[in-house]
Amino acid sequence: MPDISCNCAGITAPNPFWLASAPPTNTGDQIMRAFDLGWGGAVWKTLGDPVQNVSSRFGAINHNGTRAIGFNNIELITDRPLETNLREIREVKRLYPKHAVVASLMFGGRDEWIDAVKRCEDAGADGLELNFGCPHGMCERGMGSAVGQEPKINEEITRWVADVASIPVLIKLTPNVGDILPHGLASQRGGADGVALINTVKSIIGVDLDRFVPVPRVGNKGSNGGYCGAAVRPIALHMVAQLARSKEFNLPISGIGGISDWRHVVEFLLLGSTSIQVATAAMLQGFRIVEDMESGLQSWMRSHGFEKLDDFVGLAVPNYSEWGDLDINYEVVADIDRDKCIGCQVCYVACRDGGHDCITLKSDSRIPEVDEKECVGCNLCSHVCPVIDCITMKEVDNGFAPASWNEHLTKGTPIVPKKGVHE
Amino acid sequence: MSILSERRTETRFTDYKAAWSIDQATVEANRCLYCYDAPCISKCPSAVNVPEFIRRIATGNLEGSAELILADNPLGMSCARVCPVEVLCSGSCVLPDMGLPAIEIGRLQRFVTDMALDGGWIFGDRAPATGKRVALVGAGPSSLACAWYLGRLGHKPVIFEKDRLLGGLNTTAIAPYKMKADRAIQEAEYLVAGADAEVRFGVDVGTDLPWAELERDFDAVFVGVGLGPDRLMARLPGSDLAGIEGAVEFIGQIKTREIDLRGLERTVVIGGGNTAVDLTRELLELGVPVVTLVYRREQSSMKGYQHEWEQAVKGGAKAHWRTTPVGFVGRGAVEGVRCVRLTEDLVPIDGSDFVVPADRVFVAIGQSRLGDLLEQVQDIQAPSGLVQVDEHGFTGRPGWYAGGDCVNGGREVVNAAAEGKAAALAIHQHLTGL
Repeated sequence: MPDISCNCAGITAPNPFWLASAPPTNTGDQIMRAFDLGWGGAVWKTLGDPVQNVSSRFGAINHNGTRAIGFNNIELITDRPLETNLREIREVKRLYPKHAVVASLMFGGRDEWIDAVKRCEDAGADGLELNFGCPHGMCERGMGSAVGQEPKINEEITRWVADVASIPVLIKLTPNVGDILPHGLASQRGGADGVALINTVKSIIGVDLDRFVPVPRVGNKGSNGGYCGAAVRPIALHMVAQLARSKEFNLPISGIGGISDWRHVVEFLLLGSTSIQVATAAMLQGFRIVEDMESGLQSWMRSHGFEKLDDFVGLAVPNYSEWGDLDINYEVVADIDRDKCIGCQVCYVACRDGGHDCITLKSDSRIPEVDEKECVGCNLCSHVCPVIDCITMKEVDNGFAPASWNEHLTKGTPIVPKKGVHE
Repeated sequence: MSILSERRTETRFTDYKAAWSIDQATVEANRCLYCYDAPCISKCPSAVNVPEFIRRIATGNLEGSAELILADNPLGMSCARVCPVEVLCSGSCVLPDMGLPAIEIGRLQRFVTDMALDGGWIFGDRAPATGKRVALVGAGPSSLACAWYLGRLGHKPVIFEKDRLLGGLNTTAIAPYKMKADRAIQEAEYLVAGADAEVRFGVDVGTDLPWAELERDFDAVFVGVGLGPDRLMARLPGSDLAGIEGAVEFIGQIKTREIDLRGLERTVVIGGGNTAVDLTRELLELGVPVVTLVYRREQSSMKGYQHEWEQAVKGGAKAHWRTTPVGFVGRGAVEGVRCVRLTEDLVPIDGSDFVVPADRVFVAIGQSRLGDLLEQVQDIQAPSGLVQVDEHGFTGRPGWYAGGDCVNGGREVVNAAAEGKAAALAIHQHLTGL
């Protein structure tokens, strides 16, 4: 059986599946139940000066009958006393010595940060995660994303903690920035041992159509929240990869954002994460989802001959390229499997209205046909087709040697003539 | 038939396809692929834009969904329940090609049209009154649809009904596990109100009121008289025995009053159309122990829908295929049907006769045609008892239109509704020149 034990920034765990700092890690009871079901680590709900939360707190996006493909929250950090949380951290570590227990922290002044670091270490935490990410509520008080958006403050607070901490320090980064790299580098300069990303995306998830109030609604008002869940995964994957491929950035990464099954875990590891964190999926479906994560990851590793996580962590990073270095002469065209096609013609209308109008209908059949001379290989039809593997993209040998746009500009390498332009 | 009895027999039936909750409808609506140029639309005689109305259910635009359906078919509530969707819209759904169940279009349509009817939703404004008056003869689905469109276009529809009930066969002949009479009447009343139509009950046009008078007093006439009484097998020996009844007449009794089926042990239904199949299912569900269908062709050749017959078989129906009655036996009251077997070419086989015991026999071989009602009206042809019209329902005599069973010989409610609609648009053009 492949070894899936993990080491992220010096924090070790039986597996890379960690619960992110969020409602599922509010109490020691929750975390111990999660560990029993198979989670390898947990980042405690952020410790700080206990808050008073509002009611209600969560919002969700449903799409075509699927519940909560996107989720957001306006809940703040822990509302429990620091002493209570520390007592439970100590108890969890006593009972689960091999699991990773990371204390998430959010404080104001330097003394408070340093005091909290020492108390967490005393409680037996395996690591610290500084919450520079929350884009709602706490940022109004100069914390959370207010810190994560200012590299100088990020670096300074990171240094306060890193200078005194004897356990690994992760910085949890906010995605609410134009480019993640300066923020990762600020944490690196401050002495962090690793980063965790992404925190939630600043968002308004919806508006109550009858009361004209943003949701989640608190009385007659709503506030911006933190967007998470399946819909944010692409944003997270990009930011993880952006750091992983940077030559200047050298810290380990704990990947977070929209992970709900083993395939997403593999994606984050392939793009350079050494552990992953999950919150929304566990909130929506419970801790039990970790069982499929573990089973699916093991199967995938076996099928690829990988024996440990390091065998494949980061394998996709070198293949994340600038657009200008893509092979512009590579060509695919859509291929409709006539035996699988059910004749819904959704590909036809998608290509006509949103593509290049290169799928045609025949009067004697409901099965559309692709005009390969016009098809630009955009994939749109294959994405709208409801039948699995009915529309595939097949490679075409157009006789042109590989060439990127950059090579075309700098060396004059020939590129294929444009298709689907309809001049 | 006058009014519906509270204790009428049909109230013992429950819906074969129960109404859906918003949860069920939403889940089903989201399964729809929203096909382009969808086959379900072309299979609908009223060309209801099925994928679009389903999408509107999925997005929560329920009023918009109902508006779309009712714009194409004002009897959308009835049709949602009584249409043979298995051979029309749902029968053309592409999902079964993926090995998945077809979308339950009838139930989705029922979901929103029930809401429309119960909520009294009326879409759009009635056009300003034109002062034109149109007589509609018969209060069945074709007349109701025709009156609806005429009324919305600003004309004054006046419906003449020889009976006392609105809705025609949609009220008195629909299998009660699909729809009950009071629901059909509610829909008819909604249409009459929305069209600002006037209804004159108890007027048998052609007898109480000459056709010529109708033509004189109205700007146009729509004939939607439907079909006449059940055809019975009057030439067969024993046909005058008690207990031999017409199927449509008997279903009408189930639908409108309380009937006594006590002591009924064995019944025979003669015929192979949908009336025969419906009545077979109804008798079984009412607890008649033995119901036997006698039909002169193979099962595969019956006009009744196979999916309906399969339900009858599940309920315990028996059948003699390629068998025809040659007489009825009994003393005073019928005790059996004497039958002969037929060859593949439908020729009686000598010596094959046998008696199917029956203490009641229902004849479901079709209804008589009323075309000769119009014999007095010049330029209207009804050669085989069916009124001849073009695709707009025009009879050939200026201002005279027809639709529904008296034209098509007996088809679905949705066909009658479509014909009434086509005629209304043609009448509107005739009256306004638009």
